[in-house]
Amino acid sequence: MSTGKLFKLFKIRGGVHPDDRKQLSAGQAIEKLPMPPLLHIPLQQHIGAPAESLVRRGDEVKKGQLLARNQGAISAPVHAPTSGRIMGVGGYPAHHPSGLSVRTITLKPDGEDEWLDKLEPCDDYYQLSPEEIADRVARAGIVGMGGATFPSAVKLNLRKRYRLHTLVINGAECEPYLTCDDRLMREQAMQVVEGVKLMARALDVDHILFAIENNKPDAQASIREAAEDTDIVTVVGLPTRYPMGSEKHLVQTLVGKETPARGLTADIGVVVHNVATARAVYDAIALGRPLISRVMTVTGESIQDPKNVEVLIGTPLNNLIDYCGGFREVPERLISGGPMMGQPLPSLRVPAVKGSNGLLALSDKANKTTTEMPCIRCASCVNACPCGLVPLDMANHIKAGSLDSSVKLGLLDCIACGSCAYVCPSHIPLVQYFNYAKGELASRQRTQHKQNETKRLAEARTERMEKIKRAKREAMAKRKKEMEEKKRKKADKAAVAGAES
Amino acid sequence: MSEETSIFGPYTHAKSSISRTMGLVMLSLLPATLFGLYQFGWPAIFLFLTTIVACVLAEAFSLRVAGKPIKPFVMDGSAILTGWLLAMTLPPWAPWWIGLIGALLAIIVAKQVFGGLGQNLFNPAMVARVALLISFPLEMTLFNQPVPMFSAQAPGFLESLAITFGSSDAIDAVSSATTLGHLKTELGRGVALPEAATTTVSIWQQLWGQTSGSLGETSALLLLLGGLFLIYKKVINWHIPVSMLGTLALLAGLFHLIDPNSYVGPMTHLLSGAAILCAFFIATDLVTSPVSIRGQILFGAGCGLLIYAIRTWAGYPEGVAFAVMLMNACTPLIDHYLKPRIYGRDRKGQPLVYSNEGTDRK
Ligand code: SF4
Ligand code: SF4
Repeated sequence: MSTGKLFKLFKIRGGVHPDDRKQLSAGQAIEKLPMPPLLHIPLQQHIGAPAESLVRRGDEVKKGQLLARNQGAISAPVHAPTSGRIMGVGGYPAHHPSGLSVRTITLKPDGEDEWLDKLEPCDDYYQLSPEEIADRVARAGIVGMGGATFPSAVKLNLRKRYRLHTLVINGAECEPYLTCDDRLMREQAMQVVEGVKLMARALDVDHILFAIENNKPDAQASIREAAEDTDIVTVVGLPTRYPMGSEKHLVQTLVGKETPARGLTADIGVVVHNVATARAVYDAIALGRPLISRVMTVTGESIQDPKNVEVLIGTPLNNLIDYCGGFREVPERLISGGPMMGQPLPSLRVPAVKGSNGLLALSDKANKTTTEMPCIRCASCVNACPCGLVPLDMANHIKAGSLDSSVKLGLLDCIACGSCAYVCPSHIPLVQYFNYAKGELASRQRTQHKQNETKRLAEARTERMEKIKRAKREAMAKRKKEMEEKKRKKADKAAVAGAES
Repeated sequence: MSEETSIFGPYTHAKSSISRTMGLVMLSLLPATLFGLYQFGWPAIFLFLTTIVACVLAEAFSLRVAGKPIKPFVMDGSAILTGWLLAMTLPPWAPWWIGLIGALLAIIVAKQVFGGLGQNLFNPAMVARVALLISFPLEMTLFNQPVPMFSAQAPGFLESLAITFGSSDAIDAVSSATTLGHLKTELGRGVALPEAATTTVSIWQQLWGQTSGSLGETSALLLLLGGLFLIYKKVINWHIPVSMLGTLALLAGLFHLIDPNSYVGPMTHLLSGAAILCAFFIATDLVTSPVSIRGQILFGAGCGLLIYAIRTWAGYPEGVAFAVMLMNACTPLIDHYLKPRIYGRDRKGQPLVYSNEGTDRK
């Protein structure tokens, strides 16, 4: 392993230093959550098309069995987290602020936790070709587990379209409170590093930068140790700053290049994967196990005993809270993910999904809500924005209703990291404006698309009708002509006949 | 979980608020202010308090008329700060009504008419100062020598009340021109600078502030201290002060080199008058200065240039207020044209293009 001590880092603009509050749970080793009485497994836990259910009410399934297969190129299958009986396939509140009902498979564990027998573990996985690795990752239903939930296999296949040179493993975990990646790196460094090597093979790159923020020295040490005998992995210590874990900014810090706007990091030859994803890849390929569980941090001032727990996908969140001793006090707010970019949870009935890395119960002390004041143009948000935007201007334009000009100011380049709102002394909910505007634009685009589509269909229809009409007219004309021809011929014949007779 | 709070994060917040920002600015003004009050005695204290109280009352009154909630806005400290800054720029023994009229101009005309907190185009304290200077040139240019509290010449409490609130000629006894004013007059009389400068106070006295001048402008050192504290606390960026003072020093140095007899040297320009106060506390006023770094550098340089030009070639010995107001007027323009470069895009806003070899091809 080459040393990361002397690794040259590049500066990124902006960023903030929130109080990281990781000490609440950083010392807690990963524990396995006891089997919950029911699992609710949504069919869509990833970006792309939802999976298509293959089971029906009453079916008996084994642990690891395919429950729903992917539909289309960007999608991911879903597997049974344990053995048991399918109670139904229907609507259940989503792991999303809206709490809308989404298609979900409900599974009643039978307590046996019995694996499917036809798993395909692979001992000499170094012999697998890149295609085979990507294919197995796709079949295991692995998605980006840092929260992005983009199907990982699609990202592993980027080698076909881009000239890649580096795989970056994102162990920044720059969100306050979260410690699940930290624990994973400390406790399962071997699996993580093996997974990383497999991904590098799939991407066909021989340069791996394993980036870990400097507030996690133990994780750095254990990954260094696990990667000692390979020289393609470089462990790099990152300055502790939010949003260091933002993919594009992480890559810039490491290789000194900005990802072009509206582009991918692959445009500059780099692919980024998350630590938890790496472990899932190891499980999928070495052990043949699909993605059916993940590590989550359950923490916050309102939680009795903050912990890092390995949970089965589909576990209702109140089981996690109960396992962590319940609430110390009524929480002011429940958040899925970190406090900077996480989203509020509609209720604790919703299930843990592939992308959930944290469950936060924040008290009002940590989450003082202050009334919004007018902008004093203090430029704090401008200084904090890692994307070089002028948040106050964008917010003003959005407030004034001119979404298009906010797009000109760079609205679509905003990564919603929340640094601006975090520092704003006037407590202006800037991210809320931006998200509103982005949502509004997307829905306008959809409407526009729909209108265009309707118009196109209508035009096509008219054209078709026209064609039919024309065809009919032509056919009629032809018939008429034929008739006339016949008549004439007849007349001619008659005339000839007349003449002959 | 409360309903009214926002749906989107972040769900944690820096320890920042408007009142904290204003409080930090006041804290950093405190040393220079205390020094000024000590050095100019009771009349200065009366004027200082009058100005601030008038500002707060004017603010409360305007909010009431506008139908806005009074408490959060008065509590944010911005009115106090405006009054404070205005008082810093007034002649210390000016009568009370100068402070009062200044406060009304600053709060009502320069701030609330524009829409209140954050909406004003011009720095309220500077609007007031300019308006006062034009309307009451006599009172606004009558400076007195420092007469530190408890010293022999210092006016007593009652006498001071008379100076600020009544009619007292005490000031005539101790009146004295500011350094810049003195030099300007002497130059106007045809006296060469090195000669004229012999009668001004030493650089050391200017640094400390033991010289006649506005209430809070005299002590360059203490103002500098406060300014550095503000930069350290990240309330302001260093770019405006550095580019402003740099430009001023550069121009002064250049002309002084060319003709030392008629152009004042850079040290005097930097240390006397409102230069330091302006660089750290007035030009950097959050509301009325540009938000981007490049904009701030341009803004600072513009202030420095205008201050030098006004001090040197215009009729006034001090040009800070005019310079800042002129640059304030440019702020929207500067903000429009000098935006930060967006991540992943070039200065024109086009996505970056890399050639296949992986080298930049911008
Ligand atoms: S941080 Fe808030 S108050 Fe300051 S400029 Fe930005 S939006 Fe305005
Ligand atoms: S949320 Fe958007 S505008 Fe705000 S700091 Fe992050 S990238 Fe910049």
